[in-house]
Amino acid sequence: MRVLAALSGGVDSAVAAARAVDAGHDVVGVHMALSRNRDQFRTGSRGCCSIEDAGDARRAADVLGIPYYVWDLSERFEQTVVADFLAEYEAGRTPNPCVRCNEHIKFEALLDKGVALGFDAVCTGHYARVEIAEDGTRSLLRARDVAKDQSYVLAVMGPDRLARSMFPLGDVPSKEQVRAEAADRGLAVSAKPDSYDICFVADGDTQGFLRDRLGSRPGPVVDAEGAVVGEHDGAYAYTVGQRKGLALGRPAPDGRPRYVLEVQTSSNTVVVGAAELLTVRELDGDRAVWFDPAPEPSAWFGCSVQVRAHGTPVEARARRTAAPAPGSASEDGAHERVEVHLEDGLRGIAPGQSLVLFEGDRVVGQATVTASRR
Amino acid sequence: MTVYLDHAATAPMHPRAVAAMVEQLTRTGNPSSLHGAGRTARRVVEESRESLGAALGARPSEVVLTAGGTEADNLALKGLAWARHAQDPRRRRLLVSAVEHHAVLDPAVWLAEHEGFEVVLLPVDRDGRLEVDALAEELAAHGDQAALISVMWANNEIGTVQPLDEVVALAGRHGVPVHADAVQAVGQLEVDFTASGLDAMTVSGHKVGGPVGVGALVARRGLDLTPVLHGGGQERAVRSGTVDVASARAFAVAVEEAVTHRAENAERLAGLRDSLVAGVRRGVPEAVLRGPEPGAAGAPSPGRLPANAHFTFPGCEGDSLLYLLDSHGIECSTGSACQAGVPQPSHVLVATGVDDHDARGALRFSLGSTSTAQEVDALVSVLPEVVERARAAGLAGVG
Repeated sequence: MRVLAALSGGVDSAVAAARAVDAGHDVVGVHMALSRNRDQFRTGSRGCCSIEDAGDARRAADVLGIPYYVWDLSERFEQTVVADFLAEYEAGRTPNPCVRCNEHIKFEALLDKGVALGFDAVCTGHYARVEIAEDGTRSLLRARDVAKDQSYVLAVMGPDRLARSMFPLGDVPSKEQVRAEAADRGLAVSAKPDSYDICFVADGDTQGFLRDRLGSRPGPVVDAEGAVVGEHDGAYAYTVGQRKGLALGRPAPDGRPRYVLEVQTSSNTVVVGAAELLTVRELDGDRAVWFDPAPEPSAWFGCSVQVRAHGTPVEARARRTAAPAPGSASEDGAHERVEVHLEDGLRGIAPGQSLVLFEGDRVVGQATVTASRR
Repeated sequence: MTVYLDHAATAPMHPRAVAAMVEQLTRTGNPSSLHGAGRTARRVVEESRESLGAALGARPSEVVLTAGGTEADNLALKGLAWARHAQDPRRRRLLVSAVEHHAVLDPAVWLAEHEGFEVVLLPVDRDGRLEVDALAEELAAHGDQAALISVMWANNEIGTVQPLDEVVALAGRHGVPVHADAVQAVGQLEVDFTASGLDAMTVSGHKVGGPVGVGALVARRGLDLTPVLHGGGQERAVRSGTVDVASARAFAVAVEEAVTHRAENAERLAGLRDSLVAGVRRGVPEAVLRGPEPGAAGAPSPGRLPANAHFTFPGCEGDSLLYLLDSHGIECSTGSACQAGVPQPSHVLVATGVDDHDARGALRFSLGSTSTAQEVDALVSVLPEVVERARAAGLAGVG
């Protein structure tokens, strides 16, 4: 196959590309430039698009003996991932930009461009497995190393794009093994630290980034009964479940810590309260995507649900609540909804988070949380 | 078969230059040493300097050897700016054309950001040719504040030959020194430093069949240049650093070869270039040739470098075209500078009025000594399919 290996400059994508080469594929390395801001390069962002990372990616391609290109996807990244990040926070929701990047950039812009240029698949260093059944059905499975599993952030791609994706690191026992393999292969990135921050928030200061881009919008912080207990500089910067950074002058009457319960953007109000008020038992999601075989509409099925990138999955029942109308744009998926009942409660789920449903190790589907109930 | 159409990036070394370099590399001797080995090395350097001077129409003493074109451009810009400003503090305007190489533009911008100078970007027309009237107006209004003028002999991206005669004549009336980056011109156009009336001129080794890492600033005798590199006082104390004997020798041999055979090579390359341009237009009618029209096939084309062809392909990304051609074994360039390998719209195309979007679909084909009609045919035969595919990918990528 002709394989486009996305090279971030990190160890995972380099080893993934190396494994694709070993498997006999015709591999070309591509580094995605996601920022055109030269200043960002100079101040040494730890993100995906620093000069150092582009150089490391190039060097990895040299060692593997594969061609290397930089593709400028910065415009698309700004229009989709960054714009969505801002719009979601502005609407009082909590987005996961890595999910959106996989959705719009890696498995859409990059994949589509690759396919148009004659490639068969995109290869990345994500930790997840793809299983192909005898009838050709492809399933997205958790990685063998559960601690590194990234199926949560990949589920958004849906079945069609899974068919053109390759995750050679899905069955490695541990990250240490990937580092050792990189060292054995002479890849200089073997000891490079992992990246955790949001790549376009260079200093890790999400609140500062939001304030810079969205401006200061002071408003009240109220308790569950509506009494004003403090002030904030912009409700958009708060996340349901957040405890730190509330800067409430007076302690709660009962002296217990308070958490953000709700972000009301229409009135620019942040609602805080006790921890037990955060526990929810029911979730609604939209923009759902289903892997094959997709669940029957309206029928409840048992599953486990994960709501954070490294969150523990909890037992649940779920059902599709609306299928796309016949003839409607099924790609859109906005009408495709899901309802989830949790066996035990989960704390602090914010609208905008991704929920991913699993059956054992297999990803059933993915949706974006729109509402939660106690 | 690999088809190399990127001679403007770097050209194959001439076998005679390789032989001369290897011969010198086996010898020991610092040309600044006074003993026999040093004297032998010094003699090789000075003979090389004489041969460079003879080939470029300059006196030997006017040739300041550097470690390449970028260093020579930096020395010209900084050395002239500082020297002129020291003589007359009012002279702080740096007049540079908008299509200069980054080795000229970036030192000028650096001087503005750090040393109190001001950059005046001189506009060009749609073909990339300097608007001489704009220079005349600038000099009429602020001639007494001009520290220098830097206009390249010929453009590295779109091949436009600049009207240096007119620039030199205008500058002379206002007593402003003129520098020209002639890196792309040597070997393709007749370059005679003394006849040109220039005050300083940059040349480079690896574009003409010499090694990478050597070049020269040809500086008129008596021109005041403040040094950029300080140290042992080599090269008339303008450029300190032990002179690289082997590179100087190979550089001289390459320039000598390039200049001796220039007329016949230029004619041959212009013919190949014309068939390349015609073939591209036939296969991809919507392609837009950037830079001056070369003129009738075979006819001399003083407005454009004979070995240069440059196109924009509407709806295509240059990097897609580059990848697809590379996968067919055809090596060319998008012609624009890269920051971290990130394609930026070429400042040259933007200066000629091309919008950012069209500028993204640029490809430069540059011919040289190894180029053949078969290579041009190979390009022309795969290009329509490549462009079609890149256009589809361009739509996918922009979405």
